[in-house]
Amino acid sequence: MQKTFTQFENFGHSLNAPSYLIQPNTTEDIYEAFLLAKKKGLTVTARGAGRSYNDAALTGGGIVLDMRGMNVITEWDNSTGLVTAQSGTTLEQFWQRVEPDGWWPPVVSGTMKTTLGGCLSANIHGKNNFKMGPIGEHVVEFTAILPTGAEITCSPKKNADLFYSMISGLGMLGIFTSITMQMKRIHSGLLIIDALPVHNLHEQLSALLEGAPNNDYIVGWMDCIAGGKSLGRGQIHAARYLHEGDDPNPLETMKIKNQILPPRIFGVFPKSMLHYFMAPFMNNFGTWGINTAKYVVSLSKHTFRQSHAGFHFLLDYVPDWEFSYGRGGLIQYQSFIPKETAESAWTEILKLSHKNHLPSYLGVTKRHRPDKFLLTHAVDGFSLAMDFKVTNNNRAKLNQLLQEFDRIVLQAGGRFYFAKNSETTAETAANFYGNETIAKFKKLKKRCDPNGLLESDLYRRIFAD
Amino acid sequence: MPDSSKSFDQTQPKPAQATPLNPRRRGIIIGASEGIGAALARKLAKEGFTLALLARRKDKLDELCAEINATANEIRAMAYVHDVAKYDEVPALLSRVVADLGGLDLVVFMAGVNFPPGLTSYNFEGDRKMIEVNLIGAMAWLIPVAEMFQSAKAGQIVGISSVAGDRGRIGNPGYNTSKAALSTYLEALRNRLARHGVNVLTVKPGFVKTEMLKAAQGATPFAITPEKAADDIYTAMRKRKQLIYTASIWRWIMLIIQHVPSVIFRRMSF
Repeated sequence: MQKTFTQFENFGHSLNAPSYLIQPNTTEDIYEAFLLAKKKGLTVTARGAGRSYNDAALTGGGIVLDMRGMNVITEWDNSTGLVTAQSGTTLEQFWQRVEPDGWWPPVVSGTMKTTLGGCLSANIHGKNNFKMGPIGEHVVEFTAILPTGAEITCSPKKNADLFYSMISGLGMLGIFTSITMQMKRIHSGLLIIDALPVHNLHEQLSALLEGAPNNDYIVGWMDCIAGGKSLGRGQIHAARYLHEGDDPNPLETMKIKNQILPPRIFGVFPKSMLHYFMAPFMNNFGTWGINTAKYVVSLSKHTFRQSHAGFHFLLDYVPDWEFSYGRGGLIQYQSFIPKETAESAWTEILKLSHKNHLPSYLGVTKRHRPDKFLLTHAVDGFSLAMDFKVTNNNRAKLNQLLQEFDRIVLQAGGRFYFAKNSETTAETAANFYGNETIAKFKKLKKRCDPNGLLESDLYRRIFAD
Repeated sequence: MPDSSKSFDQTQPKPAQATPLNPRRRGIIIGASEGIGAALARKLAKEGFTLALLARRKDKLDELCAEINATANEIRAMAYVHDVAKYDEVPALLSRVVADLGGLDLVVFMAGVNFPPGLTSYNFEGDRKMIEVNLIGAMAWLIPVAEMFQSAKAGQIVGISSVAGDRGRIGNPGYNTSKAALSTYLEALRNRLARHGVNVLTVKPGFVKTEMLKAAQGATPFAITPEKAADDIYTAMRKRKQLIYTASIWRWIMLIIQHVPSVIFRRMSF
């Protein structure tokens, strides 16, 4: 096994943590890395595609296991929709394997670049969280290796305590090696999508609340820059699967080539260069222009059909878009707030961001429901994800602002999500998880990892004693 | 990867975790207990670095760490007792320190000793010690650091050489040689590492009002305080410069001295 000292970053390029890189190909390789770490007194963390906005896949000065070498889809049964794959498999590999046979992953993230192991560790959700829950609810069984070297198999029935804690466990109890999931049957490669404008935050949240029961997916875009009566304005996209027979030629629409986005615009301009052209607009004035223009364009209510991949993987439209935020990179702040208190909390948050001249350049809202995983981030309510540009000049002010946000969200009974937020403190986490949950997690941690080998920078930030 | 489980005082509290809005560059200063080393430690801590401070004298290190941490009101400095001449300790200690710091962005090699033999006498033991600490000590540290930074394609190395390395003079052949060799070594590292995105800064201080200055014979013109030297070094680091003299007038003085013909230079008592 080769070990290389490597500079790792978070997805937003706003944090770096050099550490030793090991690229395991087998479960034995992972075990060897644990032995090595124990001998050398170093910490270990598994890293998938490195798509987390925070420090979840970083362990500065320790050993990073790049899991992308373990990326084989080992079994696929197109009659039952059960698929088994190694944990380094990406969602991209996943949907491309199952879709031509008429199936789709029940829960996907906004990018297809993520790995299954990463998705389970954060227990990701999609635009259908209110209906299908997080990805963990569709895992039939998984195997993992613990730092003790024990290989365990977990399902909702077998080792249930570990099943419900390793999924959502931020990779701190063990490392997933193989995952079996149930896919969802589809009858077309297309979705029917309603697009409707919403003129303020109240309309935005009402549309999510009322739209959710009648749709399979629902997501809102929010212009976080608009203020006054237009505070929280934006556009809702609600999507439904096509029923059998709705699509005259499902085999054709489900072909991968009819799903993926072309790499060039108008057949000539390479999209990989787009982020250079976006960079000059990534400031308060430029994004005001973009958000306003987008809102004006989205004012008409309309219905259209779009491919699954095109609807879900919005973040993949512009490759390397995160570089357009410049040298300081970006951070994402996502809060999950119960439906009763969300409107007033986000009104306060948006107004505060305007007052401090630190508006979010992109806002995305979703509808959620609770789940029974140990470190759950979900509530019966909504989430709002906000992107903030980081610069040398705004760090201190932004830091203060986010602390204010944290206070407001906690007061509203809200929660945070550890694939996203990078500034949440241990006290805040203890506040929304509750001391009992944290104690339970730490007890499981002691059991699975008695020597404390698995330790990401996120763990140090939130759970370290 | 070397063994870092050997205990190097693992009881000291760890620094707070870096976040995007609270970034912490991480640095090692080898030879930090006093003089320019201590001044640079204070300066870098003030600029938000988290530091591992290495030196032989534990009491001085602990005192400095306590002062820095009290000023910052959080852990920004950790102490590690280390004798640069104990080369075998380096790989494990480096690995331990990098784990404690949570990464590594900067290494400053500051350790140096000076044993002037006098104008007419010779001292092999003194000369050997100077080469062992000033030159081989630097190699022992900078080789594993260069390997790390080269593969990470990032990082900065600062080596404290001296104007004394610019010309062989009658007063202290061993010291001149150790610093001349160190300057050349740093230049070679710079040429190796620049293509990997790593900056190597050579610092050539003139006279600095430190303990070592007391060992110097004769006049000490343009002597500056360690704090001034530390400020100059930090400014040069930020600009990712290759070579600085501090005070800067030494660039011109040494330019002249380097060009004094040997026929004159060998008759000077300088």
